[in-house]
Amino acid sequence: MTKNTKTVLVLILAVVLIAAVPLFALRGAQFGGSDDAGSVMVKEITGGEYEPWFTPVLESAIGGELPGEVESLFFCIQTGIGVGIIAFCMGRLVERKKWMKKEADGHDSNR
Amino acid sequence: MKKTEKRTVALAAVFALTFGIAPAANAMHIMEGYLPVQYCVIWGILCIPFLAAGFFSIRRTMNEHRKTVILLAMSGAFIFVISSLKIPSVISGSCSHMTGTGLGALLFGPAAVSVLGIIVLLFQAMLLAHGGLTTLGANTFSMAIAGPFVSYGVFWLLKKCHVNRRVGIFLAAALGDLFTYCVTSFQLAICYPSEAGGIGASLIKFLGVFAPTQIPLAVIEGLITVAVMIGLEAYASPELKELRFIGEEK
Repeated sequence: MTKNTKTVLVLILAVVLIAAVPLFALRGAQFGGSDDAGSVMVKEITGGEYEPWFTPVLESAIGGELPGEVESLFFCIQTGIGVGIIAFCMGRLVERKKWMKKEADGHDSNR
Repeated sequence: MKKTEKRTVALAAVFALTFGIAPAANAMHIMEGYLPVQYCVIWGILCIPFLAAGFFSIRRTMNEHRKTVILLAMSGAFIFVISSLKIPSVISGSCSHMTGTGLGALLFGPAAVSVLGIIVLLFQAMLLAHGGLTTLGANTFSMAIAGPFVSYGVFWLLKKCHVNRRVGIFLAAALGDLFTYCVTSFQLAICYPSEAGGIGASLIKFLGVFAPTQIPLAVIEGLITVAVMIGLEAYASPELKELRFIGEEK
């Protein structure tokens, strides 16, 4: 294993730990979105229910909040698009490196 | 930057500073409808010069370094992935997500990222009711402009000081992420000054909500960005050299 591979593995491990620890450390916490915590804070500061003056386009189109399952679908689509592009590009780059190396070796042996 | 491009950016900047009338304003993770109209418009206008500069910067990169398009696509996709992952935070017991703008900012410059960022924000605002169309300007400013500029600045500053590259990348991505949320807090605070302490007091309150959640996430973002960079250095060194991101020291 090269040094870089090791570094990457350690980094990934650290990321997973940081992300997973809260679940075990704070049992029973709500883990709501901090965007929502923001609107609670607005309520606290202005001292009253704030009426948003504009509802999200999609919500007014379907006449209500987006169902939770569908929302997670959209988040998955977003992740999927991103991962797809990254994986495709990375695959090309990795193959290219192999191919370039082979070509360089080929030139050497021809000499 | 070419002359005409400079002129257009300058024009947009002048327009932004002098006029209060503008096309529909857009934003990041301030909730839809939570900013008063005039603020939506102001933040929207402030974004226009950056978006124009970003558009020209991307076009120039595409003309001069055609093959780096693969990295541009990957930077954009990186923002897509990273900003869709909601991660629990140990400090506050709530979830938030990262911005992912550091990678693109280091490779292509902060202006280019503003264009990539607004695409993601539009996606989230329209389909996910996350952020919103009316707050798009404010959110673009915080996530796709302020954050990347901080990342870029931090990275070059550390490079000048000959700090280890990877430490530089880590700090740049993490601080950019954190700064995004400071800007968001500021944007909310100036709209909702608290009665007792004014803008300052509410700024502290909003920071109290966002900052603790975001600190561990900023660390994660820094680590992921370093990991991706290591991958890119291994497999995409021709492109990185073309962008002058690596190569000088070797």
